[in-house]
Amino acid sequence: MDFDVEKIRQDFPLLSQKVHGHPIVYFDNGATTQKPRQVIETVRRYYEEENASIHRGVHFLSERSTETYEKAREKVRKYINAASTNEVIFTSGTTGSINALAFSFGEKHLGPGTEVIITEMEHHSNIVPWQMVCERKGAKLKVVPFNEKGELVMAEFKKLLSDKTRIVAVTQISNSLGTINPVKEIIRLAHKSEVPVLVDGAQAIPHESIDVRDLDADFYAFSGHKAYGPNGIGVLYGKEKLLYDLPPYQGGGDMVDCVSFEKTTYDQLPFKFEAGTMNYIGAAGLATALDYISGIGLDRIREYEKYLLEYATMKLMTVSGLEIYGNAAEKISTISFLMDGIHPYDAGMVLDKLGIAVRTGTHCTQPVMDHFKITGTLRASMAFYNTTGEIDRLHAGLHRVREMFG
Amino acid sequence: MNMNEIQEEIIAEFEVFDDWLDKYNYLIDLSNDLPIMDPRYKTNEYLINGCQSKVWLRADLVDGKIRFTADSDAIITKGIVSLLIRVLSERDPAEIMDTDLVFIDRIGLRENLSPTRSNGLLSMVKQMKLYALAYKTKMAQQ
Repeated sequence: MDFDVEKIRQDFPLLSQKVHGHPIVYFDNGATTQKPRQVIETVRRYYEEENASIHRGVHFLSERSTETYEKAREKVRKYINAASTNEVIFTSGTTGSINALAFSFGEKHLGPGTEVIITEMEHHSNIVPWQMVCERKGAKLKVVPFNEKGELVMAEFKKLLSDKTRIVAVTQISNSLGTINPVKEIIRLAHKSEVPVLVDGAQAIPHESIDVRDLDADFYAFSGHKAYGPNGIGVLYGKEKLLYDLPPYQGGGDMVDCVSFEKTTYDQLPFKFEAGTMNYIGAAGLATALDYISGIGLDRIREYEKYLLEYATMKLMTVSGLEIYGNAAEKISTISFLMDGIHPYDAGMVLDKLGIAVRTGTHCTQPVMDHFKITGTLRASMAFYNTTGEIDRLHAGLHRVREMFG
Repeated sequence: MNMNEIQEEIIAEFEVFDDWLDKYNYLIDLSNDLPIMDPRYKTNEYLINGCQSKVWLRADLVDGKIRFTADSDAIITKGIVSLLIRVLSERDPAEIMDTDLVFIDRIGLRENLSPTRSNGLLSMVKQMKLYALAYKTKMAQQ
């Protein structure tokens, strides 16, 4: 395969370190990804050379900073193929994006007798904000189940869609099962009932090429840190005509047109939704991260990660008593599993001492664990900088776990 | 032996291990030595819920001393539970409240009692001290 992973790894300083005396195997990319030098350099250079608050000053640095920030917005627009930069709102991350939308959308469109549809495989970040707004507005939350393979039951979704539905909020890719959901089809069906759809793209952004116009997504949320960018920056995409009608989520500086004690008018899109001093340095880092991904190419990334998924799945299946949760036909390189009779926490503790970073627990998807009647899993979530050699180390580590815990 | 002597004894036992997995193997052995908790106490009433692993803890006052019984669904956690019981069980409430659990740090298990680990152990230690306070108050009233 034409994929020089060793060369790519050299871009990621953290990957060369040792943990407990072993070269680190970082398999917790679903939680957060490591950063290439290019991103680190953007952030460092910003602080050293450009730092000034955006949109407010007339001075040289402030204008330059504003320009960098707005260029980052344009970069995001192009990356997800939004129609206009008015549709790209910077937030603190996926959680921030979903909370903002749930609040604003709820204020405008939810009330008694209305319903919100989510799915059983949502991250808590795409459950709790909707629960909160439903409670506040007297609306109901409806949940689309998934089958034993970890695929959404589309027939149930069709049944739940009704004239009471006001919005559908669905993850493009499950963080705990790795399932790639048919969001395009979900959006098509929802639109037939004139219902808008929010896509939680937190897991999709580092793995899939995203085209919000091709998907016809009404809203799309993602985080920078899961796509090799800095922490604390995220995006809420929304179709302009829908965002235009929504009230702002937070009040503060920079989001206003005129403020008086009698009445305040709000600024235009996208600034209406960007109160306070935004994370402009994070935005610049995110732009660099998106360039980095484009530089490698999402097609090549997908192909290589598919190879990692197949290799890892095959390898893990040879470990006695190991069961994989989430066997959807369409999956990213994330594998959730349990070893017969061994608590995931015990296994994770031993793997850690062997230098292998996996996630253990519920992965913020307790309903998924409840579905399988388990309390948690081990999760190996792989990125394009991971190698088959690292998968072999995990495999050997799991044999060690088996020896220790029987 | 007083509580500090037991702590020193545990520290000495762990000093022989220079490999982490040997330490864990020893904790696995210790988990097997923990007296079995009566299953009827493994209920929500006695549950200290960590996100990662569960711990059940019960405290009884027997002849002026607190007897702790506990269990966990994860074995390494259970091994650490057995160490906590070895130090803190069958002691005066006041003694339990005043003891600084230095051994955890000295045998390199401090990370297991960090609030972010959410394995139930930190809450377990807090709960043990709360039981001690409650029994101490109760004894003072009698």
